[in-house]
Formats: sequence, C-alpha cells, structure tokens
Amino acid sequence: MPAKYHIHTAQAANRFQLITRSGVIAWEEGCLKCPSCVKKACVYKVYEKRGIDSRQMLESLDSVCKDCFRCVQGCPKQLIQKGFNPAYKALGDHYWTPEVISGLWYQAEAGRIPVSGGGYGGAFSGPGFDTMWTDMSEIVRPTRDGIHGREYISTTTDIGRKLMALEFDETGALSVTPPPVVEIPLPLLLDMLPWSPPGMGIKLAILEGAKSLETFAIIRQSDFTPAMKEYLPNIALYIDGQVSDIEPSVLSALRLIELPYSKKVIVAQNTLKKTNPGLVTIIRMDLNPDSAEEVVRLTKEGAEAIHLVADEYGLERSDRPLFIKERTRDIHLRLVEAGVRDQITLISGGGIAMAEHVAKQIICGSDLLSVDIPLLIAMECRVCRRCKEGIACPVELEGVDPVWGAGRIRNLMAAWHNQLLEILGAMGIREVKRLRGEMGRAMFFEDLEKDIFATLGRRG
Amino acid sequence: MLPEVKKIPSRFRNALSKYRVTITKECNNCGICIKLCPYGVYKAGSKKPRVAAEHLCLGFPCSANEFYCVNKCPEKAIQLRLNPAFEILGDRRWSPDLLASTWHMAETGEIPYQGLNYKTGDSGGGFDKLRFIFPREKGPEIPDEEVSTAIELNRSGDSRPGVRIPVPFYLGGMSFGSVSIVTMLSRVKAAAALNTFCCTGEGGYPEELIPYDDHMITQVATGLFGVSEESLKRVRIVEFKYAQGAKPGLGGHLLGDKVTPRVARMREAVAGSALFSPFPFHSVYSVEDHKKHVDWIKQTNSRALVSVKVSTPTDVDMVAVGSYYAGAHIIQLDGSYGGTGAAPDIAKKNIAMPIEYAVPKVHKFLSEEGIRDKITIIASGGIRSAYDMAKAIALGANGVCLGTADLVALECIRCHHCESGRGCARGIATTDEQLTNLMELEWATQRIINMYLTWRRQLVSILKRLGMKSVTELVGRFDVIGHLDYIKQEEIEGELEL
Repeated sequence: MPAKYHIHTAQAANRFQLITRSGVIAWEEGCLKCPSCVKKACVYKVYEKRGIDSRQMLESLDSVCKDCFRCVQGCPKQLIQKGFNPAYKALGDHYWTPEVISGLWYQAEAGRIPVSGGGYGGAFSGPGFDTMWTDMSEIVRPTRDGIHGREYISTTTDIGRKLMALEFDETGALSVTPPPVVEIPLPLLLDMLPWSPPGMGIKLAILEGAKSLETFAIIRQSDFTPAMKEYLPNIALYIDGQVSDIEPSVLSALRLIELPYSKKVIVAQNTLKKTNPGLVTIIRMDLNPDSAEEVVRLTKEGAEAIHLVADEYGLERSDRPLFIKERTRDIHLRLVEAGVRDQITLISGGGIAMAEHVAKQIICGSDLLSVDIPLLIAMECRVCRRCKEGIACPVELEGVDPVWGAGRIRNLMAAWHNQLLEILGAMGIREVKRLRGEMGRAMFFEDLEKDIFATLGRRG
Repeated sequence: MLPEVKKIPSRFRNALSKYRVTITKECNNCGICIKLCPYGVYKAGSKKPRVAAEHLCLGFPCSANEFYCVNKCPEKAIQLRLNPAFEILGDRRWSPDLLASTWHMAETGEIPYQGLNYKTGDSGGGFDKLRFIFPREKGPEIPDEEVSTAIELNRSGDSRPGVRIPVPFYLGGMSFGSVSIVTMLSRVKAAAALNTFCCTGEGGYPEELIPYDDHMITQVATGLFGVSEESLKRVRIVEFKYAQGAKPGLGGHLLGDKVTPRVARMREAVAGSALFSPFPFHSVYSVEDHKKHVDWIKQTNSRALVSVKVSTPTDVDMVAVGSYYAGAHIIQLDGSYGGTGAAPDIAKKNIAMPIEYAVPKVHKFLSEEGIRDKITIIASGGIRSAYDMAKAIALGANGVCLGTADLVALECIRCHHCESGRGCARGIATTDEQLTNLMELEWATQRIINMYLTWRRQLVSILKRLGMKSVTELVGRFDVIGHLDYIKQEEIEGELEL
C-alpha cells in the first residue's frame, strides 16, 4: 500500500493571551463569602486555573471560560456578570471577522478541526463564499473500508500543462514529449503576503511550513537570500527583477517559477523553459473582468499554469468587482467552452480565509489555491494591519521563532486538509481533482432563492 | 386530552433576563413596587424588596403603564437597564430573544409579553425572512376547540394501523450517551403526555423507556448500536437514519469519556472507548438495498410504520421518491442547520441545504409524481419555534420533528460546548453523575410540556387567522407565506405580518 499523505500536528501554544468573545466581570464588594462559592463549583475549574499574564496584564480566566453561565446564575448577590469583549469586536474587519480569526487561531494551536455541539449558530447565508452549500450523498461512498473511507481520499493536485492525447509516429514510438508536471499532496500554495511585519522569522516559518507540508511557498526574487537555498525544492520563485540576475545553480534547482503577467509573458516563459526544461511556469495576474478572455488566449498560446489573484477580500480589480468564486466560474466555463480546460492549471488566491473556501473555490473551477493572510493569523496575527503603517506588531511577529511559526502553519493546514476530506467524504468523491468544477454538486443561494422563495405568496 | 400547564420556574437562582432591575440604598422598603408590579418581579425583603424575577419584568415599554415602578418609587431607588450579559447568549439562529422567549414558555406556558421576538431569530434568511400573509377580511370566528392540529402519519393506504398524533410534531432522537437519562426520559414523558412520539436515537433502548413503548420511535442507524429484534417489535414506528442534518455525510462519534459502563452495555461496546457510527449504511448502496432494509423491518414488526431520515443533498427530491417506492410511510428531511450533538463546524454550516429549501422542493416533486398524498413529510433541522413549525408546514411538510427546542426549554443557553470535558455544564447533554443531578425529571418534563402547549396555541391562532380549521389545510400553501426579499406589502392582497 502506498504511503498516505499525513500532516504531523502537535499542540503549539499561543504566545499571547487569547482575545475572547466575552469576559467575566466579577465584583468583590458585597460578597457574602459563602462557604460554597459558585466560583469553587465551576465545572471547568476556570477560577482555579486563573492567573495574570505579567507581560500583557491580562487575566487567563476568559480564555478558559466556556460561557456556561452557571456562576452568573448562581451567585446570590449577582456579583458575577459576563460582557462582550470590545477587543474581540475590534478584531479584523468585515471579511476577516473575529469569528474567522479566532477559528484560525484555534486550528493553528491545536491542529484539529473545530467541532462544537448544538447545531449551526450562524447566518442563513452571506456574501462571498456564504452563498453556496456543498452536496452530500446519502448512500454512495468512495469505499467501504475504514471508519469513514476517508483514508483513501486523495488531495493530490498537479501543476502544469496537460496533453489531451498522446501521439505516436509510424514506428509506434511516442512522438510528443509530455510537459513537466509538479505534483503536490494538497491543493494549496503558500503565497506572498499582502502586508506583513518585517523580519526573516515570518518568511522562514512559511518556508519551513511549505517544506514539511510538501508544497511550495511563493517567494519574491528580491526577497530571496542564500539562507533560503536549502528550501529551493519548495520555493516557487516570483520574478520581480531580471531572470538574468538569478544564479544558474538556483535556476536549475527550481521546479516552479512565477512570472508576472505581461502581453509578452509567453515569450518570457518559453525563454525560461529553454534554460530549464523541467521547470513549470505559472503566470500571475490580477483577477479582473477580462480574465476569462485573457486566460483562454494564454492557454491557447501554451501557458502551463495561471495564478489569478483577487484582493484580500476576494474581489477582482474593477469598479464593480465580482467575487472570486463568481469570476472563477466564468473563467472555468469559458475554458470548457473553448475545449481547453484540461490543458491548463488554474490557481486562485485572495480572500481564502477558511477551509470551506478551499472546497468551494475548487468546485467553482480552480485546480488549487494560494493562501496568504491565514499564514500570518496562524502565527497569532490580529489583522490590525498596523504593520502596513510601520507600527510595531502587537504580537511581536517581527521576531517570531520560525520553528514555532512553521508548527502553527502546519497545524492550520492539517486542519484545513482534514476539513477538505470531510467535504469530499460527504460528497462521496475520492480525489480532489474530481471536485474541480463540479458545480452540479453544489447548491447556490441565488438559484435556490429564485426557485423557491421568489415564487411564494402569489395567489392562485 | 392535552396535559395542563404548571408553572415551572428556572432551576437556577438567577434566571437570565433581558433587563436588569436593581434597588439602590435609597430604598425605604415602603413596598409600593411589590404591590404595583403585576408580574411578580419583587418579593418582600427585610431591608428592601428583593428582585426575585427580573426575567418577568416588562422592561422599558412598561414606562407607558400606570404601574411603572421606576416612576412610582417615592425614593427613585429603582434602576432599570438592559442586561449586558443578555447579548452574549445564544447565536444568530437562536437569538437571545428567542432563547428567553422559549424559557418563558417553558416556565409559564404563556406567550412572552416582555417585548421579546419569539417569532424569528437573527439569521437574516430562510424562516427568519418568511412571513405569513393573513387575509385582511376576518372570516367567521372559529372557536379554538374546532381547530384541529392532529395529523395522520400513515397515509400509505396499506394494511398497517393508522397512527394519528394530536399535534403536528414529534421529538427527534437524542441517544442515551449523548444526553443524560433525565433529559432523555423527560422528553419521552412529555411526548407521552402530548400523545405524540419521541425517538430513541442511536444508543439503544434503555429499560426505563419500556413503559412508554407506544410513544417511542426506535432508531436503526448505521452503527446498529443497541438494535435488537426485541426492541424493534416494541414500537409503533421504526426510523432508519441514513444521515443527519448536523453532519450530513459524516459518521457519528461518541467520545470515549461519554461511554460509561451503562452506555457501553447498552451499545454492546467497551466502556471508555470512543464509538464511531459509520457513514453510510455499509449494507446499502442502492435504492434496492434500501428497500431490503425497509422489508426487513416490516417483516420483523408487522404493525410498525417505517420512517426514513435523510439529509438534504441536491437531489433530495429523488431520495424522497426512492424512499416512497421502497415502502416508507414517513420521509424525514433533516436540514443542515439543526442538530444537537457535536459536529465539525464546517459540516454544520456548509454541507447540504437548509430545510426551508428542501421541504418545498420535495413537496413539489412528490406532488408532480402524484404520490404526495401517500407519504408523510416530516421536516427537521432548524425548527426553533411555533412560527418555524407553521412555516415548514406551509412550505409542504405534514409535520415537524424537534430536538434543540426541548433542550432550550431545559435551559440550554447554546454555548455549543456540549462535548467539552464532562459534557454539558448545565446537566443536559452529559452522562456525568453530578451534572446529571442538576435537573429533576418532573421539572424537565413539565418545562417541555409547557413549551409545546404554548406552541400549539400559537399554531391554532395562526390557523384561525388564515381561516383554517385543520393544520392539514396548511400543508404546501405557498400562497399564504411570502419572503421579505421578494414580496412587498403593496403587491399582495393580504396582510404581511412584519
């Protein structure tokens, strides 16, 4: 039996006290000193475990409290209350919400998928990725082995151009050379960060993370240092300078290179591939309303892989931007129409914030995704964006320990991988490659609303 | 005969409330507030009155009343403000208002008067944006007792006995092991008192339930835990659980901590080791296999009705048709937003469709196939109130199946930590002995009864306003509900209830 892809996880403790949704407010004044104080009876022993973190002057209590309200409801003088934590509400923004951020923190710390009781508690639907649901299958499963059969689900993805058919000469020998393909065991690349505090620690954590995940980190040519050489098998170098400035030994060791889009990018690609025929080149371009047309053109001209990047909110570059999943559906379907979809690898990035976004974006037509901000959040980033203004990072990411950071990234990606398996398993799909473009195995808010709710209330 | 309402206050010292009432030092204990308040917020005290029941306080809207204590207090010693802890409770589906409303119904058997929204949650879609359209002209007054809320569960026309329940709902499965024996028994006893049913869930059939055989549905799920020929023969309805809305397409998982010696014995397993209920049935890979299952039950118990519980995939309508042709009497559609047990968050939110879409989709399809009258559709997964229930029926269900609402009646606050450590800290979803003792059976049973009696009254009032004498007239009446995003008051003949 071939070795299965497994991401090793290990608890990686937070360096800073968590910012929790609510806080305990307890008054001493008026306390009756009951012999059986409700604080002593805490089921989670919150009050016994409490301590003050001297660096932040924060109580540890709130990160252990599970909101059961027993003490609030039990204190005879009602001296214990709970209140919303304003610092929690202030986390992130409308897209990188406190719920998203704290969910990512949990996964990066524990390496486990978030599980909770009591059903779903969120909004019915929402913007962006919250307008679709994925399918499940009542009886058909990929395999009847194993507890869930999930041990046999593959998340492997290829990056590169595909031949649609093999050709042979008169002697029966293969007359075409299959183009190089890079295979990665999970459909995720670690991308360059849209903003970040300075320091090598963050970059090394991402590189080490990419290495242990057996995927690639996209690194700017201008950021590349000799210290990164040991990570070359896991680097996709983004060319933001001259190709001629790259050391030949580096160039020949690279398996992936990312080229910025230009009208002549195919020429640049072909030049590069002459030097290193084993190289797979990715063309990186902003996602915009013309993407579909451009992607079809590039594919016909011989592009191998295209990385379409939306902004950090998943929006394309436009005055009236479409969300990444909508534009990707358009691109995917245009490629299908042109009969070239299977020749090209589509990579999408920007606004990928949760595990469910990975599955949904692949259903909408991407082969794989790039992930950026969640890598920082894995290292306790609070998405305050102060680093953009040159202000010191509140969680001291400038000096982060790369080993710890890599462990957190690995944990987060392991949790995402596991969640992707849950989605694939529920659908009865055995390979993530088969999930791509499976829009018939998803349910879209707009369609369901139109079919069902828009027809209600009409007489006769 | 329906049971009676009995007042059953919170089992905790301080009930959770929307408002906070405090009496300051200025109080001279004149007792005016005690006499004024018709809701019993205050009790006499030695130095000053005691605020005994803030949750019964009307809050700020009371200021219009003659008996508004804050204004009438001669010493201006009463402070009324919003309770800051209130907004932390619950979530968007179960808003703090909806939780407090449910607690109020469970305590008093009455519709809340405190200005709480007891009709919708805060999820921004689905049930929360659906509204009834009531006729403007009032028809002839229908006396309450002439309105029927009963439904027949066996519509197949086969030779098996009819099973008529006086309310259009029964209670869904929560297995022994996932909830305490007190929770389980209270739900069963409440179901028996209401003359409806309660499902065992997948944990077997504890002997405490034997007196209630006529009100039990026993579940056959993929792990076959606790399934025996003997227990299948006891009941009037057997339920096949193919999938569940909380984790569609995923197996069940009972953590080792919850597998106590008793749980283990009943499930024929080893105490302390986690139990997996696989997905799917490993003996069912086609509709033909499914029919074989249904036939097996029918052969084992010649009087039982067969219910099939499924989740809501894209082709849920085809699944329903398949179930019908395999011989099921009831198809239970379990929408993706419900469920009580622990489940991965990604599954709860994203996999399968909400019940609000699934029910009309199946209802329409079965109607077109000409078989809608032969099968009972039960909707579950995210039905939180009498209004949700009535809306689900108008969308095409015959009745509904409930679970979370019961737990809320037992003072679940939806902290979502059912699975942490010793289990539910409030003693509902736990097998921890000490925590289980937080709740008494009589208390719990009556709370659930009170809530459902209030639901029934609300349903009767909705039916009356629609000019209907039976809940069976409401099934699939797409014309009496509208969605706020697609319909405007000026476009319709009736009155859109906002």
